[in-house]
Amino acid sequence: MALKEALDSGKFAVTSEVGPLKGTDTTEILEVAEVLRGKVDGVNVTDQQSAVMRLGSLVTCHLLVEKGLDPVFQMTCRDRNRIALQSDLLNAHVFGIKNVLALTGDFPTFGDHPDAKEVYDLDSVQLAWTVRRMNEGYDLSGNDLEGKTDFLIGAVVTPLRDTEAAFELQLIKMEKKIEAGARFFQTQAVYDVDAFDKFMKRAEQFKVPILAGVIPLKSAGMAKYMNKNVAGVSVPQHLIDEMAGTDDKTAKGLEIAAKLIGDLKDVCQGVHIMAIGWEKKVPEILKLAKLNGG
Amino acid sequence: MIKSEQKPFEEILGYLEGENKVFILGCDGCANASQTGGLPQVMEMKERLEGDGKKVTGYCVIDFLCQKALVASRLRPREAELKEADSLLTLCCGIGTQAVAATVKKTVHPGCNTISLGGARGEWQGSERCMECGDCLLEYTGGICPLTACSKGLINGACGGAAEGKCEVSPERPCGWELIYERLKEVGRLELLKKFIEPKAYGKMRPRAELLPTSVWALENRD
Repeated sequence: MALKEALDSGKFAVTSEVGPLKGTDTTEILEVAEVLRGKVDGVNVTDQQSAVMRLGSLVTCHLLVEKGLDPVFQMTCRDRNRIALQSDLLNAHVFGIKNVLALTGDFPTFGDHPDAKEVYDLDSVQLAWTVRRMNEGYDLSGNDLEGKTDFLIGAVVTPLRDTEAAFELQLIKMEKKIEAGARFFQTQAVYDVDAFDKFMKRAEQFKVPILAGVIPLKSAGMAKYMNKNVAGVSVPQHLIDEMAGTDDKTAKGLEIAAKLIGDLKDVCQGVHIMAIGWEKKVPEILKLAKLNGG
Repeated sequence: MIKSEQKPFEEILGYLEGENKVFILGCDGCANASQTGGLPQVMEMKERLEGDGKKVTGYCVIDFLCQKALVASRLRPREAELKEADSLLTLCCGIGTQAVAATVKKTVHPGCNTISLGGARGEWQGSERCMECGDCLLEYTGGICPLTACSKGLINGACGGAAEGKCEVSPERPCGWELIYERLKEVGRLELLKKFIEPKAYGKMRPRAELLPTSVWALENRD
């Protein structure tokens, strides 16, 4: 099912994610596309993720459209000014892409070109608003478009924050994104469903579908790394212990992810699985979670 | 030297909507030289506001509003007038507005836009606080500039990358948006965070044509 239909139908939606490689080799992406077709409702394509230069999201989304998938075109505000962003939105529509995810984007110093000049001409709220205007048939300067766009607009939110200010700021910005045009949300990775539920209790007033982020654990070390280095991600100690105590880390990681998805079914409207190298294992996770027939 | 121009009076009146009593602060430094916040402009603003039915509880012109310590010491004897006021209106550059907002636990409105001097700003180093953007947003952000306080210069809210209140780009700095949240909470104006701010007119940051002939660059390139 295409993402928009899945969200409209009220079923528990599933999206996944692929990250293009550095270079022109698309073999892996096309193999992943074959594996995911029919198993997920949408596939995000990251935009120069972590500010590391690589094949672009736009062309990769186009390849996924050709393979019969429904890609979510991730766009950050880091690398393009408002002229380039709007032009790429036109490009994306012509390429048959239906969904856009508006993001701020990691700062260049996190990536492999730390001396790059950051742009941030628009922010993520303004980008969502820009897409809505283009859907309505005009650009940021108010000029009419010869043929308008028709995107489903998505945005992101980080549900678990460590200060009151940071938490409230997320909710306020979420509300602004909805007013700007966002119609679904994907979240940072969730491992503590009870803590996530507290966020949902505040966010459900907005009445937009929220797809909780799920990153399968590959090792105890990975969990500790994320706890230390990724803002808004907190893997509980009992999961770290489970990963450390198993002989089959892969099976355990998939099992934990499937259980998380099962627990999230009662809490939110879907999941966004960021498999980070395990994209081909996503159908197995869904089967374990008894979703989409696997 | 920092150059400013007064915001349109209608915009200032919009900021003061719902407020009846205001205290006006001018600056005898650059704002006086710019003829935007010296004593004559403060008196003129007082008259215009009174003409619009506002009560001006007091006014004060301080040598350099950008000097936070000086602001605190000069405002101390004016406590009663400040207490009576709903808010303060500052006629100065963005640094002055931020210095006042950091000193007084009240809403501080910017009355001017700080405009680009094309780098010829003199000896006083203030670029870490004011980028001379020409379209001051301090009204909506508790007197803390999001362009300079946020590493990404985001103007509609935090990015989500902060950890323990620190910026993920520069961990030695606080998250500018968390500072803005705390300041607005302190003055009871958190609802301002919900205001959507449209894409900024970055063209206003370019040096203005009328300034270019006076720059050192222009003088050097003259025949």
